Parts: sequence; structure tokens; C-alpha cells
Amino acid sequence: MIARLAAFLVLLAAAAAFPLFAGKYPVTLLQEILIWGVFAMSLDLLMGYAGMVSFGHSAFFGVGGYVAALALTAYPGTLSALALPPLAAGLAALVIGFFSIRVSGVYFIMLTLAFSQMFYAVAFQAAWLGAEDGIVGVPRASVVGINLAQPMSFHLYLVALVALGALFLWRVVRSPFGHVLQGIHENESRMQAVGYAVNRYKLLAFVIAGMLAGVAGALYTQLVGSITPDAFLWTTSGEALLMVIIGGTGTLGGAVLGAGAFILLQSLVSSYTERWMLILGLTFILLVLFAPGGIVGALRGRVGLRA
Amino acid sequence: MTAGGAPLLVAERLTRHFGALTAVNGVSLDIAPRERRAIIGPNGAGKTTLFNLITGSLAPSAGRILFDGKPITGLPPHVVARRGLSRSFQRTNLFPKLTVLENLRLAAAADGRGSYSLLGGIARLPGPLLRAREAAEAVGLTDRLQEQASRLSYGEQRQLEVGVALATSPKLLLLDEPTAGMSPEETLRMTRMLEGLPREVTLLIIEHDMDVVSSLADRVTVLHYGEVLSEGSFQEVKADPRVYEVYLGSG
Repeated sequence: MIARLAAFLVLLAAAAAFPLFAGKYPVTLLQEILIWGVFAMSLDLLMGYAGMVSFGHSAFFGVGGYVAALALTAYPGTLSALALPPLAAGLAALVIGFFSIRVSGVYFIMLTLAFSQMFYAVAFQAAWLGAEDGIVGVPRASVVGINLAQPMSFHLYLVALVALGALFLWRVVRSPFGHVLQGIHENESRMQAVGYAVNRYKLLAFVIAGMLAGVAGALYTQLVGSITPDAFLWTTSGEALLMVIIGGTGTLGGAVLGAGAFILLQSLVSSYTERWMLILGLTFILLVLFAPGGIVGALRGRVGLRA
Repeated sequence: MTAGGAPLLVAERLTRHFGALTAVNGVSLDIAPRERRAIIGPNGAGKTTLFNLITGSLAPSAGRILFDGKPITGLPPHVVARRGLSRSFQRTNLFPKLTVLENLRLAAAADGRGSYSLLGGIARLPGPLLRAREAAEAVGLTDRLQEQASRLSYGEQRQLEVGVALATSPKLLLLDEPTAGMSPEETLRMTRMLEGLPREVTLLIIEHDMDVVSSLADRVTVLHYGEVLSEGSFQEVKADPRVYEVYLGSG
């Protein structure tokens, strides 16, 4: 416990100080990894803890990203950067979740996928959302008194938000609520039989995960200064799913490791060959076959730690 | 009919069809508070279906159910459970990857709004932990609290199955064949354990083992083809020629 906290703080300090030692490109890579890390962690809350495999998590990343883009363009400031995106994403999750949690397994996957693709279709066509070009030229505003136009300020702001998100989720999975989610994962019907209103817990988990995905989307918009309909695309959900699996489901930390592995591999391989998707695909197949517990599972096996 | 005032559970002419099959046909039951009632009958007599109707896992085709004087017909299982009606299952139905303590604690915490707490620790809800430990003691698993449920022996899993139902602090405990698949020694231990349960917990128990029934039940209801064939004390039921016919005549 103490060791884990210490490791977390060391990693945090290293991430915060990274721009002092590294150039622009590695810093951007790290920032991308952190943002995708939050996104993947929020999906892991659903997949790894509540046992709800969603294939539509991109909906909330996209809503967060688009709302941040619209709001920051109109009213640059704290509210637009920090409050509106997660609220809007949470609202979207409430609506999508209300319908989706009524089914489970492959039907849940299909419903969440369908909803996210609807968002994609809307974003791709709506002129006020920039249609297929998306929204560009989003300014980095001054948030909670910090001028984010300054690269180091933005980096620290991003690291701090990601750390807060990680700590929040870390608490949630250990809270009474988190334990209920794991009970639902293990045996939903028995949870019902002992008196849990299972659907309410699932919906709350879905909304929390959606809000955090919205934070990730908003950070992404602020990082690149734009957002396109691709944020909503099923590949965004699929990549987050891969990251969670690569890192190790139900571990939270694994999701960040998975995001790191995915993004580093992608940038590394794509700088050598056009066929990077093929190499990536092969790597994943090997990983899933030989390390089904993901990176964290493999590490635990090697180091002899227990869950 | 029963001593002790108003019955705790009343089932009135409960019926359930599955297509052309009528699994439960006009079954009426009155269970008094503190009573220990056994339900016996050959396989396919509708015993488990009756449990599913009472606990809300299945909606009855006809009839109604009163618990503690209030109608519970058609309520979903989690609402029925919170009214104080808890069940165990014939096929062990646990949280296999969680510890014994966590299995029991989850059940004990089911009624509390504390389960929606996002940031607090488990230790901040002492009530469920306490009730979980009490349930563990009642089912004889106190020294196995930290063991993963899937690593328990079959007999211990059956004990935990009853423990999870008990941990919700029910007024009425429905046990669906608690001794199913058990060795004679395990059955004996389970019987002792059930005898030791507090008298305030009313018991409705489906059981095949006649030794268990005779030592545990105040009254016995015999189901046959979804209907009540006979009802009375164990001795009365045993002396009923129709019961004899069902159990021995049809082999």
C-alpha cells in the first residue's frame, strides 16, 4: 500500500518533470499516453470491475471533446475546460446507459456500439459541428488562473488532472460501491437475490465512466487544439478496449500501461513501415495468447505479487 | 390455523404455467412467524418453482403472495429481498472469486444506502462487516473468512450458500435443498447448523433427506404435480397413505 503510493508519486513526479529532459515530440507522446490512459481507465471501471464490456465508449470521449471545443471557442475559461465536458458526457452516458444496461453480454456491446455510431453520424453531418472537418483552432484558455497557452503550464495541468482521475478511480474501486460492482461482475443474479437494485449500480458506474471519458476527450481537444468526428468512431472505442486488455483488465494501472504500450508501439512501428497495423495486430495476438492477464498479469507472475 | 397470530407468509392459490405445463397449481400456504416448515415432494413437484414465485424471480400466472401482511406479488427479487425474505439456491450460487467474508459482507450490505458510497472505505461501514461475521459464525465458517469461495470444499460452499442468505438478516429464510449433494457427515453438520439458527428466523426449506426434515421441521407440506397433496406434522404426513403412495408407489 505504502509502496504503491510511493511508486505512484515517483511516476507522477517523473511525468511532471518530463519536459525538462525531453524534446517536444516525446512530451507530446507522453501527453497522449496520459489522456488515453484516463480514457482506458474509465473503460476499465466498466469492463474490469463491473463486467460491462462497452464498445461505445468513444461516445463520451467525443462528447467531452466536442463540448470542450465549442465551449472553449465561445467562452474560454475554467467552466468550459473542466466542468461542461464531463457534465455533457455524463448526461450522454445517463441516456445511453439507461437503455443499454437493460441488456448484457453481446447485446450490451451492440447497443453501446450503435449509440456511439449515431453520435459519429451526427458529428459527421452537422454543419455547426464542422461536419467532417470537425472543430479546429480551439484556444488553450486560462484555467483556474493558469495560462495554458504556456506549454509547461499545460503539461502540469494535464498531469495533475490525470493523476486526480487515477486517484478518484482508485478510491472508487475500493469503495463500498466498487465492491458492489465486483459482486455484480461475479454473480449478478445473486446480487439481485440478496437485495441490490443492480441496474442502478450499473447505471451509476456507466455515468462515472462516461464523465471521466469526457474529461479525457476535453483534454485531447486542448492538447491538439481540434476535434474531428473520428473521436466518435468505433475504432476509438476499440483502441481503448485493446489498451485495457494489453495492460490487464481490472487493474486500472494496467490501462495506463496499455495506453503507453499501444501508443509507443504505434509511433515506433509507423515510423519504420506503412504496414504498422499488421505488426501491431500480430503483437496483440501474441500478447493475448501468451499473456492473457496483460502486462500487469505478466508482471505479477514474474515478481510474484498477488492481486 | 397456526398459533402466534397473523402468518408471516401467505400464498393464495399460486399458479404458474410454462406453456402447456402447470408447474405450480393453486398452491396455498400459511407460514407462521418462527415456524420451520419443510416442503417435500418428488422431483418435478414444483418446489423450486414455488420458491421462484415467492421470491419474485418468476411472476405467478395467478394467485397472490402476502409477506408480513403486505402484498409482494410481482415485485422484483431485490425488493422482495429487502422486505426481509432471503433465499439460498439448490445449485451453489456464490461469488466464487471473492473471499468468504466478502461474500457475506456484500449480502449484509445490500440494504444500506452506504453501498452507493464512492469514496469511503469498506471499514467505514461496520454494520455489514459485523453481520457478515455473525453469519459466518452461524454457518461455521469463522476460520475460513479470508479463503476464496471457489477454494472451499463442496460442503463448505453449501454452508456459505446458506450464510449468504442469512447475512441479509431475513425474517424468512427460504432454503432450497441445503444438503443437496452432501455426504452423510456433511448433511449431519448442516442439520445441526440449521437447528442452531436463531428461532426468530422463520424457515421454509425444500429438502429430500427425511432425517433432516424430521429433525428440523415443525410442519411439512407435500407437493405433488404442482399441488399440495398433504400438510401436517412430520408424523401426520408420514402416516398419510397418499404420501406413501407418491413416494413408494411410483418408485
